[in-house]
Amino acid sequence: MNKDDKELYFAQNVPMPETPLPAGGVKPWQRTKVVGKPLPRVDAYERVSGKAVYPSDVVLADMLYAAILRCPHANAVVTYVDTKEAENMTGVRAVLTGASTEADILWPWSADVKTKLFDAQCRFEGETVAAVAAETLYQAWDAVRAIKVKYEVLPFVSDERKSLDAGAAQVHKTSNKIKSDKYERGDVTKGFAEADVVLEQTYRNECEIHTPQELHGGVVKWDGESLTIWESTQGVFAVQARVAEILHLPLSRVRVIGHYMGGGFGSKLQPDKSTIIAALLAKKTARPVKMVLSREETFVAVGNRPPGTMKLKAGVKKDGTLTALEFSGIGSSGAYPAGGTALMDWLVRDLYLCPNVRTETTDVYINAGPARPFRAPGHPQGAWALEQMIDSLAEAIKMDPVDLRLKNIPLFSQARLGNPPYTTTGLRECLEKGAATFGWSDARKKTAETPPSDHIRRGVGMASALWFAGGGNPPSMVIVKLFSDGSANLNMGASDIGTGTKTVMAMIVAEELGVNPDALQIENADTGTTQYATPSGGSKTIPTEAPAVRAAALSVKQQLFDLAAQDLKANAADLELIGDEVVYATDPSKKIKISSVTGLKKRGEIVGVGYRGPNPEGKVVNPFAAQFCEVEVNMRTGEVKIIRFLATHDSGRVMNRLTFDNHVFGGIIMGIGFGMTEARVLDKNQTGKMVNKSWHEYKVPTMLDVPADITSLPIELPDNEANIAGAKGLGEPVTIPTAAAIANAVYHATGIRVHETPMSPVRLVKMFAEANK
Amino acid sequence: MKNEEHDKVKKEGTENNEHSQGLTRRSFLTTIGAGAVTLAVSDKIHATPAADAEMIERGEMTKVVLHINGRKYRLLVEPRWSLLYVLREQLGLTGTKVGCERGECGSCTVLIDDVPRYACITLAVEAERAKITTLEGLMKGEELGPVQQAFVEQDAMQCGYCTPGQIMAVEGLLRKNPHPSTEEIRNGMSGNLCRCGAYKHIINAAKRAAELKRP
Repeated sequence: MNKDDKELYFAQNVPMPETPLPAGGVKPWQRTKVVGKPLPRVDAYERVSGKAVYPSDVVLADMLYAAILRCPHANAVVTYVDTKEAENMTGVRAVLTGASTEADILWPWSADVKTKLFDAQCRFEGETVAAVAAETLYQAWDAVRAIKVKYEVLPFVSDERKSLDAGAAQVHKTSNKIKSDKYERGDVTKGFAEADVVLEQTYRNECEIHTPQELHGGVVKWDGESLTIWESTQGVFAVQARVAEILHLPLSRVRVIGHYMGGGFGSKLQPDKSTIIAALLAKKTARPVKMVLSREETFVAVGNRPPGTMKLKAGVKKDGTLTALEFSGIGSSGAYPAGGTALMDWLVRDLYLCPNVRTETTDVYINAGPARPFRAPGHPQGAWALEQMIDSLAEAIKMDPVDLRLKNIPLFSQARLGNPPYTTTGLRECLEKGAATFGWSDARKKTAETPPSDHIRRGVGMASALWFAGGGNPPSMVIVKLFSDGSANLNMGASDIGTGTKTVMAMIVAEELGVNPDALQIENADTGTTQYATPSGGSKTIPTEAPAVRAAALSVKQQLFDLAAQDLKANAADLELIGDEVVYATDPSKKIKISSVTGLKKRGEIVGVGYRGPNPEGKVVNPFAAQFCEVEVNMRTGEVKIIRFLATHDSGRVMNRLTFDNHVFGGIIMGIGFGMTEARVLDKNQTGKMVNKSWHEYKVPTMLDVPADITSLPIELPDNEANIAGAKGLGEPVTIPTAAAIANAVYHATGIRVHETPMSPVRLVKMFAEANK
Repeated sequence: MKNEEHDKVKKEGTENNEHSQGLTRRSFLTTIGAGAVTLAVSDKIHATPAADAEMIERGEMTKVVLHINGRKYRLLVEPRWSLLYVLREQLGLTGTKVGCERGECGSCTVLIDDVPRYACITLAVEAERAKITTLEGLMKGEELGPVQQAFVEQDAMQCGYCTPGQIMAVEGLLRKNPHPSTEEIRNGMSGNLCRCGAYKHIINAAKRAAELKRP
């Protein structure tokens, strides 16, 4: 496994099990009956009827409600905490502060940096100061407000570009510089000398906040020494490992359940401090405790996509050959190390053929909430810079931007040691089919030549992408059970974070065992009853779990054939499954219903175990993409209306066309937010506090902000070398090129290049006015 | 514990808490910190309190009768409790979801007299005498209602957490306008955020629901 993969996506500092090798000899699907079809979700009924119990829905008898008092300052030291009044208030059952002995616990922000659970030193607005459990949520908040705290407010730094300036406030005792990463291949000086055109530009992206619809948190309950946690998480095993480690409990005493969860986008890959606090409150009161954060807390305390400032210099020959790329980026983890620059240079390193590349990224501290992985960490930022630069280069050498990209498609990963080839590279198909279906060349001419009016301009733009992971990895172990009547049960540890994981896995079982996917019973995301799985994220869930599910179903099938062979007096190798019958391949009159197989009736069930095999040696599995859009820009108001969007994605085999398309649309919409409306605003001059910690002021796209005309055009190249399901990841690539494609379209429409997100009317009007001076 | 006595009394609705100051219900509403709540009742705040305004202590329970999904619930609530809190945490009707508790996202959308409303900025006491319909109320026994069915068919969800609110918003839209155009759907649904971005499928579902609802 790639080292970066581990650092980003899986339970950090937690040992990961290795699953055994699966049985060999599995052939890829040639034609499928179920897989790939547009099937509604197997759990749609539960979700639309209200019967699905999300962690925040859990209501237990005798349950208390918890709330957290958080530091209101960007940088402060807690000098005095008085909880007396709070403790005496109606309904209050427990109060925890930094002085509570049971809360004398270290919270690991990273492998090396730890602070007390309620540390006197609060390095960001939203740091935990105290917590309360009370009979009602209202009483809990009453008590939080009644706690008296004195803070020594300290100078702060909230702009990562000024973090390393002399005299900038120190976030920690050490320098504000967390780390610098350097990468180099070839000779950029030589490369720039060979170029016909060299351009240089600085780009910036604002900080984006995940804000999944379901708030972070859940319910915790002790039964003696055993702890059960219902948590809204992308990975129940990651939560289990961290909680067990911090509370010094055996893994068997920590059961984490997350059957449903209301979105995470990376912010729920890791357990949150609040889960530990809830467990302590529950212990202290001997009552179950519900700890669900408020919306405001989710804006400051549970992660973000960091802001980034990126300088990119690029050289190109007249024929479109890229000769050199030089990138330097500064980003911020926030107040604790959290991958503030992770992968922001990856696309510069690896998306296009280029022999000479140098990159440098610097991660710095600021007094703001720590980052967390956010849907394709680093990539939308990198695409914002690189894909606009490619557009500028194309214009400078008078080449179509699609052609310039086609000219530079790599078939191997240049940024990895030994230049390993990709199993499949669908980028060419994405670009060619996308351009043809979109009507790129015509639209480019037409929109530029015929503006609808003097102040309404139209333009088209496009951008492409790859996602550095998305191939999935071991470990994964899945169990499929066939009951004596031919119905089945699927048992897997992975969470379905809204991508339709359960549905796709059910379709695989249906494909192999002929059961109706709707009739399959699914048990998932429960550390007490399912097998270890890594958190769902990084576009790796389908390519990780699908092969294990298929292997488990195939194991069941093999065992079924062995039993049926005895009834049919045939060779098991000559049997096949047609509908609910086992049929002798050479003589179809010889057959037996699954429910009649003697051995199965006797045994009651067949249990098949499937393992995720290793990825192909010496090769890289990455998904690829290209997106095209048309916009209308109002030169008077600065409003950008997206008229249409087309997304072409090579994510290997399409497992379910309905959920695939839905995912593509969702990624584009999130990309529209990143590029056009979303930005954390810190009061950098006076208080350092976030001024827009609500959905009223931090704007995520509504139905009115997105085009009704979005098309998903999958480039279906089953990647049979990658894994036995032929699938690659989809969730990250769908949001990577979007913002840059829009920026390129805005440029095409107006001649104004927007280097900074968000492309808001305020920013654009100002830029238009300056251009007219 | 110290407050055990108070709590026992509270449950019978006659708590006498020495820490609380006497407030009329209306001035109570003006002093509560939550902006969302004051927004919800701003009309009432500007009204002149009646001379015989009922005095109510902080934390004191008040009787309320709510009509939810065709059932009548006689409850004791704190006047400041939102309808959302009562539905989810008191009655276990968790089909109504909590997204922001301040009228930003629509996850808690319910129908009040057939009109989509945010349950998080509606006080339970405000909803008295109104006809409240939640997601659970669209079910016919174990069968899905037409809007729910349309959401299944069109895959109009991802994580599914905003979905109940989206369904209620479509239901409300169609009760008022049985044949909405795409633009009318987009306007009607713009008060419901979906962070996963399932909007396109939600539009499809709204159209399909309109078909399914036709007799």
